[in-house]
Amino acid sequence: MSLDLLVAILMTVAGAATPLLIAGLGELVVEKSGVLNLGVEGMMLIGAVTGFAVGTTTGLPVLGAVVAMFAAALAAAIFAVLTLTLMANQVATGLALTIFGTGVSALIGAPFVGITTNTLGPIFPDALTSSPLLRLVFGHSPLVYIGLALTFGVAWFLNRSRAGLILRAVGESDSAAHAIGYPVLKVRYLAVLFGGAMAGLAGSYYSLVLTPMWAERLTAGRGWIAIALVVFASWKPGRMLLGAYLFGLVITMELQAKAAGFNMFAPEFLASLPYIATIAVLAIISAAKRGGTNAPACLGKPFRAAT
Amino acid sequence: MFETSRRKLLTASAAMAFAVSSLPAVAQEGVEPPVKAAFVYVGPVGDFGWTYAHDQGRKCLEENLGDKVETSYVENVAEGPDAERVIRQLAQEDNDIVFTTSFGFMNPTIKVAKQFPDVKFEHATGYTTGGNENMGLYNSKFYQGRAVLGTIAGMMSESGKAGYVASFPIPEVVMGINAFQLAAQKVNPDFETQVVWVNSWYDPAKEADAAKALLSQGADVITQHTDSPAPLQAAEEAGAIAFGQAWDMTSFAPNAHMTAIVDQWCPYYTSRVQALLDGTWEADNVWLGMAEGEVEMAPFNDAMPEDVKEAAQKIVDETKAGEYEIFTGPITDQSGEVRIPEGEVIPESDLLQMDWYVEGVQS
Repeated sequence: MSLDLLVAILMTVAGAATPLLIAGLGELVVEKSGVLNLGVEGMMLIGAVTGFAVGTTTGLPVLGAVVAMFAAALAAAIFAVLTLTLMANQVATGLALTIFGTGVSALIGAPFVGITTNTLGPIFPDALTSSPLLRLVFGHSPLVYIGLALTFGVAWFLNRSRAGLILRAVGESDSAAHAIGYPVLKVRYLAVLFGGAMAGLAGSYYSLVLTPMWAERLTAGRGWIAIALVVFASWKPGRMLLGAYLFGLVITMELQAKAAGFNMFAPEFLASLPYIATIAVLAIISAAKRGGTNAPACLGKPFRAAT
Repeated sequence: MFETSRRKLLTASAAMAFAVSSLPAVAQEGVEPPVKAAFVYVGPVGDFGWTYAHDQGRKCLEENLGDKVETSYVENVAEGPDAERVIRQLAQEDNDIVFTTSFGFMNPTIKVAKQFPDVKFEHATGYTTGGNENMGLYNSKFYQGRAVLGTIAGMMSESGKAGYVASFPIPEVVMGINAFQLAAQKVNPDFETQVVWVNSWYDPAKEADAAKALLSQGADVITQHTDSPAPLQAAEEAGAIAFGQAWDMTSFAPNAHMTAIVDQWCPYYTSRVQALLDGTWEADNVWLGMAEGEVEMAPFNDAMPEDVKEAAQKIVDETKAGEYEIFTGPITDQSGEVRIPEGEVIPESDLLQMDWYVEGVQS
């Protein structure tokens, strides 16, 4: 296998993994605070369409990505008001958010169908990407580096910072956290908004980097994979990084194997590999923990302050 | 750019669905106008590919027949049990005719057609009506367009290898791959077509990754049988050439886009609804192509060399005149066995069940 080919494969892996990683980390923080938001797919679509709309009209893809974060966070705010303040069912509201995001993104995106835009491409000067190995290090979209930095940021925040400790406390035992005076709802609001912003950023990766265009349902179900990866990662940022890149690797290898004319298996089998890998890893994790999971104890439960 | 008012259309059609208005259909005397026509789409109307083309056909039908027709559509219908539910719902809503526009809707359409003998059904790209007399089949000979693409690919490729981003190994897709390869082989006997199945009609990210995988393994032509412009964009980025699918996709890849197979469903949709109005509708099974205006080629890219343009145009002209048929023997299959002897043409019924690849296809 030539170096060029290897680098091309690894670059594609990073490209496939990055949006899953960013959206997954956002959802991980949300779930750590005890909230289950199944609206990731919808928020990603809202991010994808607003990012593209702003990116094309202003010619500034960076601005598009920023606006995408705000727009998706706004959608997350609606979810937060409904589930946290009004105590609506989180699963149903999350699913509704996905349906809402799918519809509203199609509506916003109608005038943007059929055009393309500047991409949020490599930021380093061409001189740094002259050889294949340098390209592997410097040739990515800034969002790829943001995804990696975010992993460490979230890991540090959850495990090393006081605010992260409070967030975990709220997710593990909301009533205890409330009893010692922590603002449970405020913490959860902030977590949900963060999750929304990350989903929006991940969505804009599709419309501004990977496939610079807008088409309805552009993310094609990747939001659901991001949610599944949170479980796969057993709520640990480091494993989320591993999971997202593993998933990206399996997807890419499936396509590369087919492109290389590797016909030993039926295409259907290769296509199911990522999912088989997910189930296998989940089984190994739960076996190692003797059936236990690492899920936050208050995940998905509404919180009502005792008066 | 089309300024769509699809939300308005949706609202309007929903309102109509609730108004119990249409009269019972009497076949011989024709349906009292307006004919209510419903369309079931597998993808979003904004995919700019397959579903987009059908929706353009629907809009054009409305333009052609004015207030004699009322149309509505349901998009993003999954192939499977969900489709049956949607089709039955449309039949119950007093639609006179329901067009189901994806291969996977065939069995659900057959089932629902049995239960609603007074409603007409038209299924695109299927091979059987299950004996229903109120169900017709229609399809376009897209493979005629694939032959044009193959010719261009064969003449312009330097590596002699094309990457084919494909959805599912169904006859429709298989014959497209074969037509492409056969045409390319005529120009370059060593030509190869490498197929990557993405197991989806519409998944932009995966289509793009598949195209990138093919490009990184030596293909310098990308063609596709999936519905998004993503493979074209990957080709544009890599400096390769590619072809649009279902609609002119030049805007996505101004340099890579050589031409596209454009699906024109409008003539068929108009004629079928007109037949309902006239009382002449009968279940049929039509397969129309370039000669009937159902399959067109998008304008050739200026970057195409003159001799390639001429060769491509020649195939279009000869196909229209009925003088060119890509599936003419001798045709050899992947194992090197001659399947179709010299001078023989594969019959249409065999094409619609094609499950083997010609020599040079790596699937």
